[in-house]
Amino acid sequence: MATLKLEIVTPEAKIYSEDVDMVTLPGVEGEMGIYPMHVPFMTQVKSGELIAKKGGQDHFLAIGEGFVEITGSRVAVMTDMAIKADDIDEMKAEEARKRAEARLAEKLTDEEQATVQAALLHSLAQLHVKRRQRR
Amino acid sequence: MPSTRDIRRRIKSVKNTAQITKAMQMVASSKMRKAQLAALAGRPYATLMNDVLAAVSEGAGDFSHPLLEKRNGGNKRAVILVSTDKGLCGALNSNLLREAGKFDKDTTFYICAGKKGAQFIHRTKRNLAAEFSYKDNPQFAEARAISKFAQDLFLKGEVDRVDVLYTNFINTLSQKPEARQLLPIGKIHAVEADVQGHGGGGELKKPDVEYLFEPDAAGVLGNLLPHYLNFQVFQFLLEAKASEHSSRMVAMKNATDNAKQLVKDLTLEYNKLRQANITKELLEITTAQMAMG
Repeated sequence: MATLKLEIVTPEAKIYSEDVDMVTLPGVEGEMGIYPMHVPFMTQVKSGELIAKKGGQDHFLAIGEGFVEITGSRVAVMTDMAIKADDIDEMKAEEARKRAEARLAEKLTDEEQATVQAALLHSLAQLHVKRRQRR
Repeated sequence: MPSTRDIRRRIKSVKNTAQITKAMQMVASSKMRKAQLAALAGRPYATLMNDVLAAVSEGAGDFSHPLLEKRNGGNKRAVILVSTDKGLCGALNSNLLREAGKFDKDTTFYICAGKKGAQFIHRTKRNLAAEFSYKDNPQFAEARAISKFAQDLFLKGEVDRVDVLYTNFINTLSQKPEARQLLPIGKIHAVEADVQGHGGGGELKKPDVEYLFEPDAAGVLGNLLPHYLNFQVFQFLLEAKASEHSSRMVAMKNATDNAKQLVKDLTLEYNKLRQANITKELLEITTAQMAMG
């Protein structure tokens, strides 16, 4: 059976690079599932949960905003944050969420607002992935 | 004629200096390794980014974007000057600032990253548009702030092109100041942070497949271009940091070696003087004895 090469990179490092059977992505226009032999495709992703299905097992990752390039044999995700479910520190994420929410209540410039908003989404994505994994 | 005590004091002080420079060398070398690794870690992202951009610009047809627009006539430019915060890194900054001084004083605005560059702009009374700082391990957010500022200047029409002047890291022993055009975006070049020194070049290979876009090509491109610029600035920061640390390491190594040589020479002089003194004393004693006898 054909597999997909899933690559997830951030500016700081290559987070994930493995052959998987299926990928589910949080696209800007809704969640989508990618199987091998997909037509070449390009879109943006928003902050959320990425699921990689591999040999009957699901791997969960929290990702930030970014771009995805899909060819028949490869899914390349470029994002500003990517973290595996196992590596997520729930306490830290929760704290980050609270901090970001507190900051949002203050008066901020547009630029700061965007940064804080992004941080909030990151932490929310992490929490979402972590809590779901436990269930 | 210095006394033995003077020389002894001198030796001690030179030894202290050597110790400090040695410590700085160690610190710089460990930071250098980290900086080089960081530049390397960005590479997969850079490659991917280029592939995607090539694919998008190919599939988008005649799409034009303000960031791609070449302006004729205007000659105002902004220069992003990536220097260091601290000195003691050999000729790195003087080489860089010599290049920085070559731009036309009246039509150039400088955007400084790093204190040394900003000081130079102040001293030579050039136009300083903004000053940014970046940490020892540059963060993407820092690069984004700089790049955003440059894009705003360009989009508002205050400048007609933006260049980046930074120190390209070739290898540990050699770094070269280099100017690259950032805006308008011309041909998309590989932004690979090549720590071995074949720094960015190479045309992109054209993809041989047609892509579908969601929501549409223009939308994706519109978001991708600013991001591409941010990332390029980030790579420049990483390169500059790698250069800084290697340059400092080499400078400090030279300083340590010189200090050691100096200690050697001084020790020799000290021993000579000491022996001369003993001989003199002996002579005095024997002369006195003979006179008495």
